[in-house]
Amino acid sequence: MKFVHRILAVTLFLFVGAAAAQELRVGLANEPTAMDPHYHNLSPNNSLLNHIFERLVGQDERQRMVPELAESWKTLDPNTWEIKLRRNVKFHDGSPFTADDVLFSFERAPNVENSPSSFGIYIKGKTLTKVDDYTIHIKTAAPYPLMPNDLSTIYIISKKNATGAKTPDYNSGKAAIGTGPYRFVEYTPGNRIVVQRFDQYWGPKPMWQRVTFRPIKSDPSRVAALLAGDVDFIEEVPATDMERLKKDSKVTVAQVVSNRIIYLHLDHFRDDSPFVRAKDGGPIKNPLRDVRVRKAISMSIDRDAIVSRVMEGMAIKAGQLLPDGFFGVSPKLKPVAYDPAGAKKLLAEAGVPNGFRLTIHSPNDRYPNDAKIAEAVGQMLSRNGIDTQVVTMTQGVFFRDASTGSPDKGPKFSFILVGWGSGTGEASSPLKSLLATFDRDKGMGASNRGRFSNPQVDKLINDALATVDDTRRAALLAQATEVAIEDVGIIPLHYQVNTWAMRKGFGYKPRTDEYTLATGVTKAN
Amino acid sequence: MVFVIRRILQSLVVVLVMSLVVFVGVHLVGDPVHILISDEMTQAEIDAFIHRLGLDRPVYEQYFHFLGNALRGDLGNSFVFGEPALKLILQRMPATLELAFAAFILAVVVGIPFGVYAGLKPESPASRAIMAGSILGFSLPTFWVGLMLIMVFAVMLGWLPSTGRGDFGTWDGIRHLILPAFNLALFKMALVTRLARAGTREAALQDYVKFARAKGLSPSRVVLVHILKNILVPVVTVLGLELGGLIAFSVVTESVFAWPGMGKLLIDSIQRLDRPVVVAYLVITVIMFVVINLVVDLLYSALDPRVRLKEAKA
Repeated sequence: MKFVHRILAVTLFLFVGAAAAQELRVGLANEPTAMDPHYHNLSPNNSLLNHIFERLVGQDERQRMVPELAESWKTLDPNTWEIKLRRNVKFHDGSPFTADDVLFSFERAPNVENSPSSFGIYIKGKTLTKVDDYTIHIKTAAPYPLMPNDLSTIYIISKKNATGAKTPDYNSGKAAIGTGPYRFVEYTPGNRIVVQRFDQYWGPKPMWQRVTFRPIKSDPSRVAALLAGDVDFIEEVPATDMERLKKDSKVTVAQVVSNRIIYLHLDHFRDDSPFVRAKDGGPIKNPLRDVRVRKAISMSIDRDAIVSRVMEGMAIKAGQLLPDGFFGVSPKLKPVAYDPAGAKKLLAEAGVPNGFRLTIHSPNDRYPNDAKIAEAVGQMLSRNGIDTQVVTMTQGVFFRDASTGSPDKGPKFSFILVGWGSGTGEASSPLKSLLATFDRDKGMGASNRGRFSNPQVDKLINDALATVDDTRRAALLAQATEVAIEDVGIIPLHYQVNTWAMRKGFGYKPRTDEYTLATGVTKAN
Repeated sequence: MVFVIRRILQSLVVVLVMSLVVFVGVHLVGDPVHILISDEMTQAEIDAFIHRLGLDRPVYEQYFHFLGNALRGDLGNSFVFGEPALKLILQRMPATLELAFAAFILAVVVGIPFGVYAGLKPESPASRAIMAGSILGFSLPTFWVGLMLIMVFAVMLGWLPSTGRGDFGTWDGIRHLILPAFNLALFKMALVTRLARAGTREAALQDYVKFARAKGLSPSRVVLVHILKNILVPVVTVLGLELGGLIAFSVVTESVFAWPGMGKLLIDSIQRLDRPVVVAYLVITVIMFVVINLVVDLLYSALDPRVRLKEAKA
């Protein structure tokens, strides 16, 4: 009997051991909404589909541009880019990858039926021509330095397999044929997504034979699934569990600063701002338009306290739009130091020595601890004379009102807490959207909910966006950031930290873009 | 027959009113657009998207548009998934039905024997333990019990998987089912136990039971035939209503155990203000409740001859 038990135990061990070495089981916090790579421009979709599909230009774990399906890219003249494609790349059905597939993908991506957020923004204004099977020219009306960044957003699909295919055809797997390291196997919404290693992949052979992704949205359940050994790897470790998991000998964690900043936007454009009042409740000329008041607000905020208490250490205090190391950040800007006395002095100089009344609006279900951060900011300002009321609401209401809630379809609030993630991984993204003067037709300042406007900043941004030379563009972006932050266009609070946790022995190169990629998961043997 | 037709007409009115309330309600809560779009989109593109979804039209216009399509069996496309809302719901229905029926059976199989026993021997220590347990089953919050079950049986003991669903009918599928089904059943178990106990205590004192005993019938026959049959009417009523609740609103259990059912779809859709899915879900729920109530009414007449007599007279 004992002998039988031993045999059973050994076989079981061998079986489990073998399965564990080949299969990776991942617990996802956010589920993709489709298997169609052009349906929804959303992080969970882009992250998961990265296993099946590839882009011309890839982004490494720090969001630097790296060759993927394109071997190289360069400008022939300021308005023309030449892209050399990789040869001997095969789709999952064995057919070869050529320029026709690229042209087909760029034609389909902006025109997907029912798409909630289209990839069209990365394609408009570009004309693609095929020179030969492995060369493409892309023309733009004006010099366009962000070409590689834009190319790093569009997944390439197979013309042969995807002609006429709609989103449901991808969800069923019929059209989900890419060149990526993994093939589509199964997609059961809410339950699991399974991919299998593609043996004819052109790049380095992935470690895992098979990967199962399971959406486990509830934070404690996701952590429990890892601790129970039901999954090997989870994303988005809740801050409350981080310290405990770090001490747990069966678990390893990985973390890195993210490309998402949490910041405050202030009303720069209305003399009578709806949520700014004098101390007695009467009307007051909007003090937020005075840069000294904006500086005073920034100095009244104890960022260290927010990072350590509210964020439980899962954030890094911010002094500009992107953390150090990203393209176009300024080496000069540091987080504003906490200085309540200095802030008082500035308020006095600005003619509001006793402060005023203010309301901060914030979503309560969009960013980690968003409502708590708003409450902390409110308390810090109130302590320094600016009586701040905190109003938090669900994101559906918040973003509608923050963008178009006023009677004339403009921003409704005076002082808001928001976040911004730079999908392109460089500073022009937040500058263009948050700090450029709002211009509906040009698409500038699309999320400039404070309507900040500074001609010098606008000029620097426009110059940068027309400068193809990387070094010069980085300098212009840094300079634009410096001017905008000096003028307190926004008040940066902190950068979020992306986290993953895995069973002991596993490793992960943490990514600034929040992507959870099986190709980055390693296991020591 | 007239009764059935009247019921169906009533429920149509209910569905209509409910769809209006939900439609307006979700509209008031907020705007799905800003949850769906990517940050990088410009205001012009956002406006184009709003127009495409028809959200720029007045609510009443949107509602009549919805009604027109609904009459043709089209409940609209999900804003999030871009697929028909009905399809999304039906896709996840089997998982929820599996969970709900497992919990239902568990509640009946455990609840009725416990309740009858506690009713027959109210003073015994076992009965007291059952009643104390039922109070816990009633009052402990579902999400907490769920997490505790995961902590104990998955994380600490490692006997059962913590989350997710296996393939239906396999051993793996059953192992995945045990914890969520028990978690979902706990409240109903307590409810059934208490109902059965109260019914049994009442019935045990009735003359016909005494008479049956006096006649020298075996105790098991007295309990199984004379008592059980008579306590079933309230139990069936409540269970009927509760079954609907189990199917439609097992939201908490499905979220805690990452069970890929309709409840999780509903809560995700509410969070994302995916109105077509929310409305379609509630339409289906109302229809389901109506059907269950109809079945309960029919069961009454099977269980209680007096109901049949009354109908015959009418």
